[in-house]
Amino acid sequence: MQIAQQILFVIALGIAIYFFYKNVSKIRRNILLGRDENRSDQPKKRWSIMLKVAFGQTKMVARPIPAILHFFVYAGFLLINIEVLEIMLDGILGTHRIFAFMGPVYDVAIAFFEILALLVLVGCVVFLTRRFISRIPRFHKPEMKGWPTKDATIILITEIVLMAAILKMNATDQILQARGVDHYANAGSFPVSQYLVPFFDSFSTSTLIVFERVFWWFHILGILVFLNFLPYSKHFHIILAFPNTFYSKLKPIGQVDNIGSITNEVKMMMGDPSADPNAPPPESFGAKDVTDLSWKNIMDAYTCTECGRCTSVCPANATGKVLSPRKIMMDTRDRAEEIGKRMDSGITEPDDKNLLTYITPEELWACNSCNACAEACPINIDPLNVIGQLRQYLVMEKAEAPNELNMMFTNIENNGAPWQFPATDRDKWTTEL
Amino acid sequence: MAEKIHVPTVAELNAKGVTPDVLFWVGCAGSFDERAQKITKAMAKILSHLEINFAILGKEESCTGDPAKRSGNEFLFQMQAMNNISIMNGYGITKILTTCPHCFNTLKNEYPDLGGNYDVMHHTSYIQDLINQGKLTFGKGDYKGKKITYHDSCYIGRANGIYDAPRDILKKLDAELVELKRCRSNGFCCGAGGAQIFKEAEKGTKEVNVDRAEEALETKATIVASNCPFCMTMLTDGVKHFNKEGEVQVMDLAELVANANDL
Repeated sequence: MQIAQQILFVIALGIAIYFFYKNVSKIRRNILLGRDENRSDQPKKRWSIMLKVAFGQTKMVARPIPAILHFFVYAGFLLINIEVLEIMLDGILGTHRIFAFMGPVYDVAIAFFEILALLVLVGCVVFLTRRFISRIPRFHKPEMKGWPTKDATIILITEIVLMAAILKMNATDQILQARGVDHYANAGSFPVSQYLVPFFDSFSTSTLIVFERVFWWFHILGILVFLNFLPYSKHFHIILAFPNTFYSKLKPIGQVDNIGSITNEVKMMMGDPSADPNAPPPESFGAKDVTDLSWKNIMDAYTCTECGRCTSVCPANATGKVLSPRKIMMDTRDRAEEIGKRMDSGITEPDDKNLLTYITPEELWACNSCNACAEACPINIDPLNVIGQLRQYLVMEKAEAPNELNMMFTNIENNGAPWQFPATDRDKWTTEL
Repeated sequence: MAEKIHVPTVAELNAKGVTPDVLFWVGCAGSFDERAQKITKAMAKILSHLEINFAILGKEESCTGDPAKRSGNEFLFQMQAMNNISIMNGYGITKILTTCPHCFNTLKNEYPDLGGNYDVMHHTSYIQDLINQGKLTFGKGDYKGKKITYHDSCYIGRANGIYDAPRDILKKLDAELVELKRCRSNGFCCGAGGAQIFKEAEKGTKEVNVDRAEEALETKATIVASNCPFCMTMLTDGVKHFNKEGEVQVMDLAELVANANDL
């Protein structure tokens, strides 16, 4: 019986790891559909940003209540994994609480995990309440209809169920321990699950062993299933938050990279001797599809957990315009997924869609380029960067800027100012001092 | 009012064999917009009052290209940038002062890559430096105890992380600073950025500048301090929307500082 459980466990673990690896590789491939961009300079600074922003959650504190709740769930996720390691070892080796030999340290650890589990549970319940009872507006924008809301609900409920399983497992375990049942050696202390003991105390030992096993299996299988849910979910941020902050933009947030190929063209036009006359002319300007974006833009998109902080601070969105920076990131991810799925089914010819099938010019032209979205993102996603590249495509490839902007361009070209004032009047104010 | 101030151009100084210590980059709004010209004049008065060796490019100045860049016209931006750079490098400019956050951001962050390497300062930091060096003092106390609120422009605030300099200036004016609900890194745009000021807004339920002006009026401050000619336009219009222009003034920091010195 024991050996059968071990074999089943190893098979389940193997399948889970295989599919997880396969799906993560696909996401990696989709991210690398983007064009190359060096984001590996100044590694020291990058590590420090990652530690502060992702590990230390420093950007979450701007909103204290969700920050505390999120910290419970986050700490729970990181630390309960230590217990998951024990569960895995037990599963493979057929042991029970293999780390119990640590004695008092183990007792403290288990007690701590129980408290964390309770906090995760409370956190998730409050999150559900915020989402569906207090109906925080950012969770109910148009782009959240359908799957994104279901996704969020699945995540929260799964975490509640998993934490409940761990606590019920401990409740039955401590009864079995107290009854001196073979295999259930005395280990751990249970400050939370002790309160569940009365619900199970009346059952016979053999029933309790079944319960304990069921909860154990439920918990670990649940974790393995959840692990494999991640690549299909916005919840993938728990993994990508780390690399995504590592590859953060290091320059001031207001800086936008100059397009190098254009620099060379302009230099040639100006007769600058440093221009390279043999450089190939730029193939295209800006981004029409995710493949024109940088890989970092696509990583941003896969990192987004759709919390909507960007959208809630966006001046355009706040004043009723269609632009939602979160939707820009979700569309970018969905388009990358679409291209990836075509590749998976072996289709090589391009489809008739692109990123602009998802994002309308009306959204793009509503942007104030105020960077509130980028500033608000707790894991340094930069929606403005994507908007900027799509605007470049609309203007330089399609000549589809709004009319007033075309007039502004003409004015700059003709008289060096965005308005139609004669350049000779530029210093007129000096005569009025 | 003091005697007439002469603002030299770099070309004029160059003819005399002098290079200015500071190039005052006026920007398009500061040059042409009637309201923004007052900011330009205030800054020029401060510079002149302190006998700083400064000059403007005058007719040789041209748009930095920023509005083109933010709207996606990288070609036009780079053309403007490289023309400006060749003029400034030709004159051996090393230090630039500007009263426009958008000019500041692009000159400081986007010009170096195109060969324009200057020490670029926005007037908020520049004035704060002058105060710290003891060059600029405020004896009169025009603004003592006055309720002033401060609007963080996006390109001085978030884009470049300058939050304290403007607030320190207001403190030096002995004003009572009342913060807006959304301030510092959480500051709310005036509605001009991203080249929005040059076009009609997309369909929505409200204008961005009205939203921001409403918030400013809630503070009950009598002065809304800004640091950007475009914010100036948007906030002034916003205040007018609520018919409050009689009670609430939108003033640039340079104007407040110049007034406090009777310039």
